[in-house]
Amino acid sequence: MLGYLIRRILAAIPVMGVVALFVFLLLRLTPGDPAAIIAGDSATPEQLDRIRTQLGLNEPLYTQFFSWVWRLLHGDLGTSLISNVPVLQMVSQRIEPSLSVALSVMLLSILVAVPLGIIAAWKHGTWIDRFVMALSVIGFSVPVFVIGYVLIQIFAIELRWVPVQGFRSIFRGFGPFFERIILPTCALSFIYVALIARMTRAAMLDVLGEDYVRTARAKGINESGVLLRHALRNAAVPVITVIGTGFALLISGVVVTESVFNLPGVGRLTVDAVLARDFPVIQAMILLTSGVYVTINLVIDLAYALLDPRIRY
Amino acid sequence: MSDAVNSNINRTDVNTRPMVLEIDNLVVGVGKTGAGKKIIDGISLQVRQGETVCVVGESGSGKSVTSLSTMGLLPKDSLKAIGGSIKLVGEDVLKASDRRLRQLRATTMAMIFQEPMTALNPVVHVGKQIDEVLRTHTSLGASARRARILEMMEQVRLPDVKRIFASYPHRLSGGQRQRIMIAMALVLEPKLLIADEPTTALDVTTQKQILTLIRDLQKDHGTAVLFITHDMGVVADIADRVAVMRQGRLVETGTLQNILRAPTMDYTRNLLSAVPSLVPRPPRVEAGFNPVVLEANELGKVYRERSFFGKPREVHAAQDVTLTLRKGRTLGIVGESGSGKSTVARCIVRLIDPTSGGIRLAGREISDLSRHTLQPHRKKIQIVFQDPYRSLNPRITIGESIAEGPINYGAKRSVAMARARELLELVDLPADAVSRYPHQFSGGQRQRIAIARALALEPEVLVADEAVSALDVSVQAQVLRLLDDIQTRLGIAILFITHDLRVAAQICDDVAVMQHGRVVEQGPAAEVLANPQQAYTRQLLDAAPGRGWDFANFRAVDGSTTVPAA
Repeated sequence: MLGYLIRRILAAIPVMGVVALFVFLLLRLTPGDPAAIIAGDSATPEQLDRIRTQLGLNEPLYTQFFSWVWRLLHGDLGTSLISNVPVLQMVSQRIEPSLSVALSVMLLSILVAVPLGIIAAWKHGTWIDRFVMALSVIGFSVPVFVIGYVLIQIFAIELRWVPVQGFRSIFRGFGPFFERIILPTCALSFIYVALIARMTRAAMLDVLGEDYVRTARAKGINESGVLLRHALRNAAVPVITVIGTGFALLISGVVVTESVFNLPGVGRLTVDAVLARDFPVIQAMILLTSGVYVTINLVIDLAYALLDPRIRY
Repeated sequence: MSDAVNSNINRTDVNTRPMVLEIDNLVVGVGKTGAGKKIIDGISLQVRQGETVCVVGESGSGKSVTSLSTMGLLPKDSLKAIGGSIKLVGEDVLKASDRRLRQLRATTMAMIFQEPMTALNPVVHVGKQIDEVLRTHTSLGASARRARILEMMEQVRLPDVKRIFASYPHRLSGGQRQRIMIAMALVLEPKLLIADEPTTALDVTTQKQILTLIRDLQKDHGTAVLFITHDMGVVADIADRVAVMRQGRLVETGTLQNILRAPTMDYTRNLLSAVPSLVPRPPRVEAGFNPVVLEANELGKVYRERSFFGKPREVHAAQDVTLTLRKGRTLGIVGESGSGKSTVARCIVRLIDPTSGGIRLAGREISDLSRHTLQPHRKKIQIVFQDPYRSLNPRITIGESIAEGPINYGAKRSVAMARARELLELVDLPADAVSRYPHQFSGGQRQRIAIARALALEPEVLVADEAVSALDVSVQAQVLRLLDDIQTRLGIAILFITHDLRVAAQICDDVAVMQHGRVVEQGPAAEVLANPQQAYTRQLLDAAPGRGWDFANFRAVDGSTTVPAA
């Protein structure tokens, strides 16, 4: 198992290397002078010079790449062209809201969706099953901003239970953090509950038809034992996949939700950077996103191996 | 070998024993309320303590539904018992609550299933799966439970029980898994054991061991056994009494001797007559000297499993296999699972590439041809697969399926479709079947379609890879007759892969016996199967169930040898 883990981590390095190279070349291989692209049309020669020196554009390409990677490894992601703030600082400020929302959405969704999916599969074909499936269709089809505004209207404006929008760091007290994160969490959870419940139901339905489930029943085990001990673990692999990719999507930013609830997350940071052509920030976001995907894939594969002894490692 | 036949318990003794299972006029209907078609229509059966009752019948006869009804395991939303009673030691299980049923399972009645490969939970250690039975139904402590499980695992003759206790199912062989299932079923010494085709998925030698095991455990524990099977050979070896089922009804019941020697109903007689004899058919005269159409020369296939560290593991799936097949003849490759018989067939058809050796098809070496240069030669050799339910594309009409090959080889569509109609008639199906889809046909009909599809390219060699193994005996007999008939008419050569020595004895001119990827014995079927020279061939023949019986003639085989009638 440890060997497998090490091998998988080693295998992730070339992937990240290719991503880094791509990100590096993104700027360098764009036609024209990168400094001019960065500075925009109305740049003065002094500004262009400053950018050239800053990016080391006067040196050979490979030297530029290695010194860029070297700086990356030391946490130097460059400086924003717009705000002149170090990129690392910008991203790390934005990471907490995104990570908080992602974690709480996943937690809530799993807690709600997995039991729903299990029950729907268990009561396959009954009104319970149809109810869960209908819920899931609604979750898929209503856009997240609609749910968001409805939630804000009811709980923030009418009932005044929670603030309308914004974010407060968890390090400044759990109460203020919680009351600001709860609405975006609920709004985003709809679609993830729909997705995970559907997946759980389908996987459980498959597994409940298996011979070993019949064997378990023939042993006289009660239904909860059959469902949880025998069926769920076998149904877990596809569900884990959905949860993992869902989580990665959440971390790399959910622009609409962030906008509705005025959350200072990485999604909006990315969009702003793209619109402003703030290349260092864009580069950092691409690296962050790929890093998240690589890590989550690794975690999913490890979970497979832990859940199913037939998967060899 | 005849001890199995003679070991049937004395009847008068059995008749005084307490009744364990009494099924009375059971009716099971389709649908949630059971209001639909009656799958089981008035079945009555009794099993006494220490007795083995075999329920035989072809697919769809309702034998499995009967056993699942007894266990209370009918799928709730599709089948329901709507009449009669099933008394287990006097208690009607049809009236029992879910809770009571759960209490009865494993303690009073237990069941083992057909597929040991899928009947165990793949992600839980097998020891723990047996332990679950004890945890659910007893208040034994952990160490007492473990001791009991290890003892039971030894009783079912598993080796190295401590290691197996902590193994996952995929680490065990099919036979070992079935032993685990038996241990799990019998650990609480239930009064009734229901065995639903428990050896059907196993090789004959393993089957023999498992049947002996069930019989021995039954003797020790006095268990009543309800044994579901389609295999008359197995019935002959283990039954005290036999119940023959057909389409949800009981055709006849009686003692083993009565049923096998003097069946009163036509259906039973037909069922017995369809069982192919182990005695090879008389050799066919070879008309002239037929040309060789297929030759395999020291054929070998090695699977290499790469590993990240260390050297790759090599598996020799086939080694030094040399075969010769002449026009108009049938060569059988027989062997147990993993013997390499299907690997050889697939190499010969070039569905997989052989690692070494040569294949000559109609005088042309094809083993080293590339996919592209092989194309013109592919039509000369065609294959029919085992499972007719999965080998036809469900979304394509029968006609398209059959015509697809010829069209690929440049035939005009109209010509190919007309030919498809002719072929369907050749395999005894109506020509208008061309416009229908596979799901509208039974298993036997689908296999005929698969044969028609293979014949559409007018091959010189037809490879039948376990082509009749998934079929009921009566259908099997029809398909075998059809193959024979086609061979006589078209002079095609057939390479027949089978695990079933009875089938091989009835269709093959020559036989090659394979074990561990090698041919251990080869020669005319009449010689190899009647007078085997190799220990392994003898072992296979010994393990064939019911070899003491000549089913078709309703009599026991005299003496200990099976001398061909010719």
